[in-house]
Amino acid sequence: MPTSLVTSNSLLAIDVGAANTRAVLFDVIEGEYRFVASGVAPSTAEAPYKDVSEGARNAIEALQKILQKTLLEPAARSLIMPSQPDGSGVDSLVLTISAGPAVRTLVVGLLKDVSLESARRLTESTYARILDTLSLGDQRKPDQQIDSILRIRPDMVVIAGGTDGGASRSVQKLLEPIGLASYLMPDEKRPAVLYAGNEKLVEEVKSLVGSLATTLHFSSNIRPSLEVEDIDPAELELAQMFVTIRKKQLKGLDVLDLWAGGHTLPTAYATGRMVRFLSNVYGSNKGLLSVDLGASSAVIAAGFSKKSVLKTYPQFGLGENLVGLLNYTTVEDILRWSTLDIPPSVIVDYLHQKSLYPGTIPATKEDLVIVQSVAKQALYLAMQAARKDFPKDAASIKPTLTPLFDPIIAGGAALSDASRPGQSLLLLLDSVQPVGISTVILDQNNLMPMLGAAASQNNILPVQVLESGAFLSVGTVISPVVTTKYGASILKAKVTYENGTEANVNLKYGFLEVLPLASGEAAQITIQVSRGVDIGFGPGRSTRNLPITGGALGIVFDGRGRPLDLPSDPVRRRELIKKWNWTLGGG
Amino acid sequence: MLAPVHHVIGLTTIVRERLLPISGEVIARAQQKVTAGEVVAQTHWSREHALLDVARILGVSPAAADKLIKCKVDDQVTASAEIAVGRGMFPKSVRAPKDGRVVAVGGGQVLLEVGEAKLELRAGIPGTVIQVIPNRGVVIQTSGGLVQGVWGNGRVDAGLLVNLMEGPDTVLVPGRIDVSLRGSIILGGMIRTAETLQALAELPARGLIASSIQPSLLSKAREMRFPVIVTDGIGTMPMNTAAYKLLSTSAKREVALNAEVFDRYTGARPEVFIPLPTSSEPPMPNEVEVFAPGLQVRMRRPPAIGMIGTIVSIKPGLTVLPSGLRAQAAEVKLENNETVIVPLVNMEVVG
Repeated sequence: MPTSLVTSNSLLAIDVGAANTRAVLFDVIEGEYRFVASGVAPSTAEAPYKDVSEGARNAIEALQKILQKTLLEPAARSLIMPSQPDGSGVDSLVLTISAGPAVRTLVVGLLKDVSLESARRLTESTYARILDTLSLGDQRKPDQQIDSILRIRPDMVVIAGGTDGGASRSVQKLLEPIGLASYLMPDEKRPAVLYAGNEKLVEEVKSLVGSLATTLHFSSNIRPSLEVEDIDPAELELAQMFVTIRKKQLKGLDVLDLWAGGHTLPTAYATGRMVRFLSNVYGSNKGLLSVDLGASSAVIAAGFSKKSVLKTYPQFGLGENLVGLLNYTTVEDILRWSTLDIPPSVIVDYLHQKSLYPGTIPATKEDLVIVQSVAKQALYLAMQAARKDFPKDAASIKPTLTPLFDPIIAGGAALSDASRPGQSLLLLLDSVQPVGISTVILDQNNLMPMLGAAASQNNILPVQVLESGAFLSVGTVISPVVTTKYGASILKAKVTYENGTEANVNLKYGFLEVLPLASGEAAQITIQVSRGVDIGFGPGRSTRNLPITGGALGIVFDGRGRPLDLPSDPVRRRELIKKWNWTLGGG
Repeated sequence: MLAPVHHVIGLTTIVRERLLPISGEVIARAQQKVTAGEVVAQTHWSREHALLDVARILGVSPAAADKLIKCKVDDQVTASAEIAVGRGMFPKSVRAPKDGRVVAVGGGQVLLEVGEAKLELRAGIPGTVIQVIPNRGVVIQTSGGLVQGVWGNGRVDAGLLVNLMEGPDTVLVPGRIDVSLRGSIILGGMIRTAETLQALAELPARGLIASSIQPSLLSKAREMRFPVIVTDGIGTMPMNTAAYKLLSTSAKREVALNAEVFDRYTGARPEVFIPLPTSSEPPMPNEVEVFAPGLQVRMRRPPAIGMIGTIVSIKPGLTVLPSGLRAQAAEVKLENNETVIVPLVNMEVVG
């Protein structure tokens, strides 16, 4: 039995990523939970190690070195739990995982634009790649559908369809080719099945595909009526299903899961849970956004007043799937973010090389420019895709732009590993293109999923850790929405610091400006906008004495307009991006 | 820190497990000598099926249709064979659309497996079968040289190695390919045009070892009927000198190419084997090393991408790289005597 987190003190969190495995210790210091230290080691899901517990042990050993404290038994290398009187060990453990290949998925829904869409949205909450879909509108014959299922060899089938009390025969008809295809597969290759459709059909689903699936999972109907979509309960079921699939695929995960008392979660799901949790704790009219760009995927988690959205895009991850990025974008669109004149072939070669060796890092300045350009485009694409599923009533300045978010939390290797906070911020501003006034927070130690995993068992820990300064506040970003000519004045701002001194800025269109305001400091800002300029209070509406907080970069004014429109002339564009980089101290 | 290993070894003992993706019949026997192209196991795996909805065609209930169906699971049927006949004076019948095998009967339906279904597993390396894994495959052992690659097109063959490279950065052009090379394994350098692949296909060659290949040519390389192995990378990369030295000095020897598709999770990699006679069993290669001074390493990222060097020292703590990132790093002396600082995650041990 796992030790209760409520009564225990120290908590070890392990995140098994595609490239790196992190071990993070949280402990009670002076009566409050604090982030203590983090150990990192390369992940070992791949050959020749083929055992994720090896990477976890190495990460814990790296943590031991930092802490000068024993966490693993020296001989067996098993975790000492609970903590011992001599100070060794930890009291509890939580585990998140994103390592492993994207889960090959077949998505099934009755109607293409209704339940199939809901099933797609559900599937995008985890590390899945949708390889085929089945719906009533499918023009293929049943035997062609069977052959397609056999060809794609799904690890997972997600089935939705039928409003509660609605269609039943149509759903049965859709299940037939799945059952037959599974029947033709060897036992060990059969998929796991999640049924989240008409609840009256549960027994029939059990009889039709129950014996032919490796595991059969049920969740409440994600489309109980045509007008209502309720994905949240199915997301948890899908998360558990993902862990079950990973346990089959990745050796060593069962050992780590045992250490975690069976509380393993997909990293993306844990991040989404944290966003939901924070939305509830710090609820405001604006949404809360978390973006995580790592080797396995791009994860966008957004919390709104009535709904949360979790999107996981393995196709936009910066690791083994990177070579497929060109299926979604062009080299030219990647190069538009570059400060250097780089031949397109170099970008293509980079995508292939990075796919071969996902754990590698940029060592040269030119390589870093390539990495940042690719990362910007990948995150931009992920945001564009996620925006389609944001609620229509989300607070926004224009429905075609990113909704109003505050705060924005950024994590993942591409964002947290940048050598300077300015680089991370520009990456975020260019790809997410926030509007209005937002606080930007950098999750340097990638704590979000770990706190999300801990949150369900210990809701004090995440709040106390968040408030302890474990995250890096980058600053407050003010991004007015306006279209005008380059160099035109769009707003004037006056910042009044706590000591009474003032600083002013006259923001011109096309420029970035920065005013200092250190982390932990507060100030008041008065913003007078030009005609038609909107910073979230309505076009042309100014604000007075608005309290704001500081950060590593202070207060950043992004006067480049939304959507960001880069010059088509490559020389001028590169010069501008260099200038923006310098302004933010990104070098 | 643990180091991944890229094998380029002049003489070693190689043990490879060759398994069917699904269960089947193992043909090879323990202690049997096999060639690279020899089939060691086989199974049936049809990718094409025909579903006959007998109940709907005959206009009866599924239960009634089940009684009218004349075939049972595993029956072989020929095209137009009668699968079911209705009742009445002028009964309708249901016939097989193609030759096939009955794989499921029930619910008023018959599912046929049609089309080619045989799946053959080749040895991949010449050697001795040291273990038979029932219903799945074999373990083969051999001795000789080994060069691993980064990309393969999934094919297997063996033949005489002909060296068309003048140095590690040679580009193979169609003009270098003539009829005298028919049936040979070509050591070819960089592949930059589709015409080069086409010329090799027209010979036909028996295999190609390339240092790198343009990304746009990967789909064509997959279509080649002979094995294609890329040793260093996708794009424009010379061959690493360790592989070049070993392969170029093995010209006119019999070599085996197992151009397995790279799979980071199973560890499957394309490999060139150079069988060599040995009086005793040479040591098996290490699959994992720990970065340490004296180890030969290959760079996976710029600067010096693809180059071979020797670790001089492991830097203590974290090192600030020219990119501004901080990482564990090593001082590496390259073959051109230049010394560079390389993050450990950007290197692999060669050996």
